[in-house]
Amino acid sequence: MTIVSEPRAAAMTESRPRFTPLQRALHWLMAIGVLSMLFIGVGMVSTVTQTHLTLVSIHKPLGIALLVLVIIRIAVRLTTGAPALPADLPEPMKLAAKLSHLAFYGLMVSMPLIGWAMLSAADYPITLWGGFTLPPIVSPSRELHAWLWDAHRTLAFCFFALVLLHIAAALFHVLVRRDGVFQQMAGGEG
Amino acid sequence: MAEPARSILAPFLAIGLVVAGGAGAFAYTAGWLSPDRLTPDRMVDAFAPPGGPAPGHRRNHAKGVCFTGVFEANGAGAALSRARVFATGGYPVVGRFNFGTPDPNAPDATARARGLSIKVSTPDGQEWRSAMISAPVFPVSTPQAFYELLKTPKDPNAMKAFAAAHPEIGAFGAWAKSAPWTASYAEERYNSLNSFIFTDSGGEDRAVRWSFIPEATPVPVPAEDLPKRGRDFLEKEIAERIAAGPARWTLAVTVAEPGDPTADPSKAWPAGRKTVEVGKLVAQKIEPEADGPCRDVNFDPTVLPSGIRTSDDQFPAARSAAYAVSFDRRSAEAKDYPAK
Repeated sequence: MTIVSEPRAAAMTESRPRFTPLQRALHWLMAIGVLSMLFIGVGMVSTVTQTHLTLVSIHKPLGIALLVLVIIRIAVRLTTGAPALPADLPEPMKLAAKLSHLAFYGLMVSMPLIGWAMLSAADYPITLWGGFTLPPIVSPSRELHAWLWDAHRTLAFCFFALVLLHIAAALFHVLVRRDGVFQQMAGGEG
Repeated sequence: MAEPARSILAPFLAIGLVVAGGAGAFAYTAGWLSPDRLTPDRMVDAFAPPGGPAPGHRRNHAKGVCFTGVFEANGAGAALSRARVFATGGYPVVGRFNFGTPDPNAPDATARARGLSIKVSTPDGQEWRSAMISAPVFPVSTPQAFYELLKTPKDPNAMKAFAAAHPEIGAFGAWAKSAPWTASYAEERYNSLNSFIFTDSGGEDRAVRWSFIPEATPVPVPAEDLPKRGRDFLEKEIAERIAAGPARWTLAVTVAEPGDPTADPSKAWPAGRKTVEVGKLVAQKIEPEADGPCRDVNFDPTVLPSGIRTSDDQFPAARSAAYAVSFDRRSAEAKDYPAK
């Protein structure tokens, strides 16, 4: 017999409500995209080889693609909601989870916008591919450019730290608590 | 029923390894673990004079003056590239005359390699930016060699050793030694040095280089006479000249033949290559840089319209990466270069 108040046993016997397939698809697609962006970003400013141009040419359209995806994702989240965390998860961890998700949404929205504004402030054409350019969203200004550049760089490091924290937390749910929280977002049937 | 005993440590160890691995991969990608990687920051640092860079200014070609004007395409370039800038018509230009120095107050007479930078805008929202110099070839073949040149102490023995290791520098050296000096930005020919790929409307690619050839006849002047003309004689001369009437250059595009050294800007292409005159650059108005329209423009040579792209020449990528660092630094130092 299982003791229902024992979290590990509970996780094994009843499957927790999961994110919808659309939410899971958006999560994993954006996870790959965001992680790629962070690596492309630090990589492209670290080399003077042709790789620099290749990475920059991926960074811009991928950033805009992620901006579009996060807008869809927020709309889906607001209409669909999210499955509840386990009732026995300590309150500080619940709070940390909620805050980290808010931080993720904030970064996913702000990073592409800051990048776009930064290029606008520097008076670069914002070429996504072939001759397709986006309009500037701010007027050219070196002061504003400097501020946005600092913000883009600093927030990128915060973003990567948050990603690492998120991965650590996910693994903690899988390996230590084994409470089914990871499975809420994992792929597979259901 | 008792669970099998599990080490509580193992999962935490696994989590730690994953996080450390991710952080390590990130640090490696960023170059933090590679002190020998030629990063854009190291390249830009290498330009700094012993006393440090001049804050607020470009890290190289720091002294210059702005101009505005127009590029008048005659339509002949449309056979080479589908870029709008080659379709018959006039397109606004923001440009900058400059010379190679990290010191924005350097005397104009010290300038061997003079520069012309342009930003041409077309109605399709695209831009063509180019930064050219008066030398016919670049000193060295690769960005790595250029970095080494910048780091080479300026004493004859060190330079001799560098030249022995990079014999290609001979062509640039011969030009620097023997080419006549002029007393005007308007009398210089400005060369792309780097090769680019033009793509025509049929999708055919051609490797090209280009030059802006002055309409004004170059008047050779002895180098030793130049200092007598005053510290800023180039800027004064071009301002007076253009106040009296526009200065013009013909844009000549040279098409490579198979086997030409498209990847190596230190090597000229053989004479007799097909050259097409595609239009005229007209400089109409000079403005001081401090308040001028070129001050905050990064003349990144990889800002190209559809129909022009980079080639196997390694330099445009390196220049783009380094120019961005220079721009990022000087834009953060705006207070050190206020408008006048």
